[in-house]
Amino acid sequence: MFKKFQPSTDISGQTSVKSSVQRSLRANVLAQWNINPETLEEFWPKKEPITLVKCREHISIYTLHGEPLFLQHYDGPMLPTLRLLHKYPFVLPKVGVDRGAIRFLLAGAPMMCPGLTSKGGYLPAADAAVPSGKAVAIFAEGKEHAAGIGITKTDTEEMKRVNKDVGVETMHYLGDDLWTLQKL
Amino acid sequence: MASTTEDAPATLPTPPVQVLYCEVCSFPLEYCEFGSSLTKCKEWLQEEDIDLFNRYYSEEALQTKLGTLSLEAQTKLEKDTAKKEAKAAAKADAALKKKMASQVTIKRIERNKRKHVTSVHGLEAFGVDLKKAAKQFAQKFATGASVTKNNQGQDEIVVQGDVSGEILEMIEEGAGVLKGIPVDNVVEVEDKKKKGGD
Repeated sequence: MFKKFQPSTDISGQTSVKSSVQRSLRANVLAQWNINPETLEEFWPKKEPITLVKCREHISIYTLHGEPLFLQHYDGPMLPTLRLLHKYPFVLPKVGVDRGAIRFLLAGAPMMCPGLTSKGGYLPAADAAVPSGKAVAIFAEGKEHAAGIGITKTDTEEMKRVNKDVGVETMHYLGDDLWTLQKL
Repeated sequence: MASTTEDAPATLPTPPVQVLYCEVCSFPLEYCEFGSSLTKCKEWLQEEDIDLFNRYYSEEALQTKLGTLSLEAQTKLEKDTAKKEAKAAAKADAALKKKMASQVTIKRIERNKRKHVTSVHGLEAFGVDLKKAAKQFAQKFATGASVTKNNQGQDEIVVQGDVSGEILEMIEEGAGVLKGIPVDNVVEVEDKKKKGGD
């Protein structure tokens, strides 16, 4: 999604968000992420106005003082930016890929099931299965921090069973243009 | 993997995890090896923090890092990294060369007999924010200065009045945002209106 992203051409407008919309945003985040209101307050204080940056292809980025915090594609799930995820790695369910897949991940490729199901990979257990279309943090084998953020294509149990094709669509990864762009 | 888990107490905010980023490639330290400047990253870390360096790049660390990957795949990966690095270096080199070759044109354009505008073109190649530069010109000369597109569709700064000499001086001393522009690359041109023009 952010493999090629140029602020000068890809951003169509910046607006500050109405407080009523902010409230629903906040509720959305609280509902979708594993996060408590106090922690959310830490990086997004209630009084701070948040800015909506509209980009091409229905991508919205929410920034606080110019720093991107969340992104959303069309009306999909709310995603944190990687820098935010590094600070609060527990907000999204985890999936892991094996070492061989890292370089593909950092080139922006979607994550294939075998890389997730192999020995180095990690998928949540059956009782904590992630349904499809949910935001997940992509971790890598032997690494401490997340390397990407994606959206599941099928649910994780299905991935284990079928073990073929795309499992997680990569939305935002280390080294993409949104990562390089620290301020908007 | 992640050091903090979901054991956040119900009422207290969980403190953020501090992640150290590499200053060379901006990745978290452990991902430097997948970047395109591994050797530089290594050098930087060795100077910056030898403990961390040993944690990521000592023999043992390299051994454990192999993980489930076969030796064959590992060598291939290393080769790829080296290739990538060379590519990135070449790219940076070419970009620098291009930058050094690009020119800044200061053009004095006659509007009517004794009135001029000055257009400055090519500043963006040296990483100058055109809007900020225009603002600076406007403030300094107390005239209008704006960023406009010229006939070729490229951005340039147009300053009201004949200030070409002053702009040249400003670039020479590198005032404000106009830092790091080699003077040799600046050319002054005069654009006289053709005879018989309106």
